[in-house]
Amino acid sequence: MTEIVPENVKSILATDCGSTTTKAILIEKRDDEYRLIVRGEAPTTVEAPFEDVTMGVLNAIAEVEELAKRKILDGNKILTPQTDEKTGVDIYISTSSAGGGLQMMVGGVVKSMTVESAQRAALGAGAIVMDAIASNDGRLAHEKIERIRQLRPDMILLSGGIDGGTISHVVEIAELIAAADPKPRLGMSYQLPVIYAGNKDATAEVTQRLGEKTDLEVVDNLRPVLERENLIPARNKIHDLFMEHVMAQAPGYKKLMAWTDAPIMPTPGAVGKIIETIAKLESIQVVGVDIGGATTDIFSVFSGVFNRTVSANLGMSYSVSNVLAEAGIDNVMRWIPFDLGERDLRNRIKNKMIRPTTIPQSLQELIIEQAIAREALRLAFEHHKSLAVGLKGVQQERTISDAFAQSRTGATLVNLMQLDMLVGSGGILSHAPRRHQAAVMMIDAFQPEGVTRLAVDSIFMMPQLGVLSTLHETAATEVFDKDCLIHLGTCVAPTGTGKPGAPCMQVSADLPSGEHREVSLSLGEMYLLEAKVGESVRLTVNPHKGFDVGAGSGKSITVNASGGVVGVVLDARGRPIAIPEDRPERVRKFQEWHKALSMYPEYSF
Amino acid sequence: MAHAYTPGLKVVERTVITKRRILPLKGEVLVEQGTTVRAEDVVAKTDLPGNVHPINVANILGIVPEDIEHSMLVKHGETVKKGEPMAMTKGFFGFFKSSCESPADGTIENISKVTGQVLVRGVPLPVSVDAYIDGSVTEVIQNEGVVVETRGAFVQGIFGIGGEACGELRMVCSSPKDVMDKSSIPNDCKGQILVGGSIVTSDATKRAIEMGAVGIVVGGLADQDLRDFLGYDIGVAITGSEQLGATLVITEGFGEINMAGSTFEILKSNEGRRASINGATQIRAGVLRPEVVIPLESSELEQSKVSESLSGGLQVGSEVRVIRDPYFGRLGTVTALPPELRKLETESKVRVLEVEFDDGSKTILPRANVEMIEH
Repeated sequence: MTEIVPENVKSILATDCGSTTTKAILIEKRDDEYRLIVRGEAPTTVEAPFEDVTMGVLNAIAEVEELAKRKILDGNKILTPQTDEKTGVDIYISTSSAGGGLQMMVGGVVKSMTVESAQRAALGAGAIVMDAIASNDGRLAHEKIERIRQLRPDMILLSGGIDGGTISHVVEIAELIAAADPKPRLGMSYQLPVIYAGNKDATAEVTQRLGEKTDLEVVDNLRPVLERENLIPARNKIHDLFMEHVMAQAPGYKKLMAWTDAPIMPTPGAVGKIIETIAKLESIQVVGVDIGGATTDIFSVFSGVFNRTVSANLGMSYSVSNVLAEAGIDNVMRWIPFDLGERDLRNRIKNKMIRPTTIPQSLQELIIEQAIAREALRLAFEHHKSLAVGLKGVQQERTISDAFAQSRTGATLVNLMQLDMLVGSGGILSHAPRRHQAAVMMIDAFQPEGVTRLAVDSIFMMPQLGVLSTLHETAATEVFDKDCLIHLGTCVAPTGTGKPGAPCMQVSADLPSGEHREVSLSLGEMYLLEAKVGESVRLTVNPHKGFDVGAGSGKSITVNASGGVVGVVLDARGRPIAIPEDRPERVRKFQEWHKALSMYPEYSF
Repeated sequence: MAHAYTPGLKVVERTVITKRRILPLKGEVLVEQGTTVRAEDVVAKTDLPGNVHPINVANILGIVPEDIEHSMLVKHGETVKKGEPMAMTKGFFGFFKSSCESPADGTIENISKVTGQVLVRGVPLPVSVDAYIDGSVTEVIQNEGVVVETRGAFVQGIFGIGGEACGELRMVCSSPKDVMDKSSIPNDCKGQILVGGSIVTSDATKRAIEMGAVGIVVGGLADQDLRDFLGYDIGVAITGSEQLGATLVITEGFGEINMAGSTFEILKSNEGRRASINGATQIRAGVLRPEVVIPLESSELEQSKVSESLSGGLQVGSEVRVIRDPYFGRLGTVTALPPELRKLETESKVRVLEVEFDDGSKTILPRANVEMIEH
């Protein structure tokens, strides 16, 4: 890998090898700013009969070459650096989630302390956590051994104990791992990588038990004291081992690794990186979601703390049936404004599962799919909130004034009132026929409070931009802001509940057109103010007593709400959103909301 | 991408079918290249390391872990029998001794002075791999397994439940439109694979298993029945390990859907023959579909040509099956492939095709919502 001087970089090629499609983007510096020029894609070629990831990469790049009329390939070689405006590229980088991504198991002592920290380290690095083994997880020792044997993860992260604490529990987990003698998922010929990031006093004992049976790596304790997490060393080691072991075993990756200017990152790890970078640069609180066919990833940054979770079995195609199983039929049905029997819905969902590439042809089918998406997003967000928490078991200093407001340790860091921006990506959100549908799906699932900007990632460029941010932050953030995000607008939603039809908020709006509008909304109503991308609406929001838009119950705020392809959504449905239980009333309400927000073409079911 | 349509499931009258039969760990291959095998013949075997039985001896004896080695009666690497004392305290002047017995037959794998835990590795577990299909061994992969090849009919399903089985094919419905209900299950179907029409009812499945049938092949199945039958919802499409007593292969999808005529005819023309069936389905990277393999005698094969796989792509005249509502399950012929994007009722702009159904009616469909019927 050659040294990169950011100022000299004129062109960047980035690929993301997904499990089905390999996507390539070309970024060029034009008029002193970095912009996306073209994108190309081709089927991923990790599986038989090709078994060489680089074939798909080269095909995707060939499409980029053709569209950009630029010579990038010389046979099977990427021309770097660029020699003139139409030949070669300065940087080539890649991410990968092909072959199931990075699958890990974590182990530790106390479930709610070190094991949770280990989970956060693994998830933050872009892994799927297949299981978390803890001394106190309620399973018997032989059950744990059996589980470790069955799983065949790509690697194990073992933690446990604070530095200087007791060693017996973490050694016991090491003994169980040694007894299970786990084999890696890919390749029969190498030992399973195990990262030890626990009590440093137990290192010798752990090494004695695992040193010969596994490929053991020792890093700094990820919870050296109860009050502090130190996840970076473990996370970095996970990335190194991902490259050395997992990627090196996947067909064609050795070749691909030699081509790139930065290490190949697991796709979700790269997405997390760009979200973290943006939150830091703009000093904002962000939630990002990527809903795919098999999994749903959620990323958040609150008060500078980055968290990522992956719900491995919540998705819109392969895992769509599991959304129904987890959410329950009633929760899916509540978003559907027409009659549909359970038997019919079940068959439709299973048919989507077994033929994942099909698309809704009728409006009813589209509405059903978007109803399921709301539940998948909701469940994934619940999961995220339960893991994106403060450290548990930490002693808190309290003053007398705290006596009546006892807060638990380990409360969720996700604060919807403080949330500045919600970014969605994944087919169901990015390809919704009307952007309004994406905006409302996100509002319904995440239920943002107060004033929140909404955006979608149009072509899922976040992974490539994430790796790019490690080499060239300016280029990554410029492209992210100008080409990656489609700004949908802003949601303004007071928290509070009450009787349907009770007064909720009074809004004075100065629209970009110069028009002044007074809007009075009752509980259960929605309203859309027009404001395009780059425009904003000067809003004074007066919530009624019992409702809060950020300044406190009944207190008004004045803000500039950003416009977008949708506009500014005034959501007076309360928080949590009250959906009428009575079916005819619910159908009427949905029709009213759909009309107020121009969500669908005229329909009568 | 160039091809937006779903490549269809393979349904062929005559083809070459090869199966890799590989052990989970390295072991011994029992057959040679060229050997003729039957589905149930074992072709390779190995021993998996035994289960581990952890037992905290220090806790049981009430001693500190550091002292455990003094109390052990057996050493690291030695064999023990179930119930045999492994450790004993010295007691008080020879009295009040407490002991700890081995929970299983096995070998002492680890004695921990830190945790006080002793691990007993159970006896090795033998595993074997059978041939799965009647055929001949065309390749031996040293210490790992073999490749078995046969010639015959091959039908891929869309979704299945249960693992590998082998039995005689028997038609229990006379047309692909017929419902396979309880009354269509014969009493003497033990060891057979039953073929139905458009859907199998929950009662029929139960009765087939009671009567000892090893498999069911049918057009459709209601998801609700599947759930009632399994007792849980299938969340993710990874199946094959269910233990129902019979393997189920559905060829079209969920709900009542007529079995494709060509599939029904192939199965019907092979009634009475031995077939191998596998319900294992996996619809993520490395798609795995359930299947029915019907090996034919070599004399029969000589009379007919073995067909090669035809996946030339979607063309005017291609036979297709609609795989999404509102025309789900209907069969038709492609009559036009307009190149431009068309707007659907949902307002999505997609590539489409025109299809003519059997009744002469025509409609426009997204290309993503049809699959080719491959002959």
